[in-house]
Amino acid sequence: MENIEDMLFKTLADPTRRAIFERLCREGEQTVAALTARAGVSQPAVSKHLGVLKQAGLVRDRHEGRQTHYSAARAALAPLVDWTKQMTGFWEGRFDDLEDLLKRMDQ
Amino acid sequence: MNAASPEVLTAVVERDIPHPPEKIWRALTQPHLIEEWLMKNDFQPMVGHRFNLRGEWGGVLDCEVLTVEPNRKLVYTWNYEHADAAYDLRSVVTLTLTPTSTGTHLRVEQAGFRPGQKQAYGGAKVGWQQFLEKLEQVAGRAD
Repeated sequence: MENIEDMLFKTLADPTRRAIFERLCREGEQTVAALTARAGVSQPAVSKHLGVLKQAGLVRDRHEGRQTHYSAARAALAPLVDWTKQMTGFWEGRFDDLEDLLKRMDQ
Repeated sequence: MNAASPEVLTAVVERDIPHPPEKIWRALTQPHLIEEWLMKNDFQPMVGHRFNLRGEWGGVLDCEVLTVEPNRKLVYTWNYEHADAAYDLRSVVTLTLTPTSTGTHLRVEQAGFRPGQKQAYGGAKVGWQQFLEKLEQVAGRAD
């Protein structure tokens, strides 16, 4: 595959997306609404950026009531070291999402 | 002959998950569920089936199902063709499910072959070094 390093770089190459990630790094967990208020783009656009960041393992989400809170997963930057670490980080992130999915699935 | 033998690397991630293997198997083999935790896909749990995994970052992986043992083991290739040998990847992903008293022990192993990867990797890395350092500074401040 296109390696994780490429994916991280491509994900963070978009200035709006990078700004969202940097805000989460600097200011901690935030809701989509809070991020939208200062992002300069629409809420759907912010949600899409968060989706891409999440797939890259750069952010995590936490559901609380009807709100989704996002936080930076800074460990995701560590994969920029070697392939084994890249793929290990990738699968850790995928397994996080798998566990989220399993919680939502019927038995 | 090429003196440099391909480098074989393996990444392993293991996790105990509080759900039965049957349920996890569904998440690993039904396309609409796979999409939720991995990538968009046209997977089918049939040996020999070829499919693609499509990442939101634009990458497309060529895959082929090698092994299907329901609720126990799933193996598929995970290949990425790239003109630049640095990014060309041939790998095999093995997902193994073992029942436990509390659910399932899930293990993924990805064994990759990346001929001639190291040199180009180093070159590609340099251009990004400055950006990365900046990013790490930003990330480091968060704690």
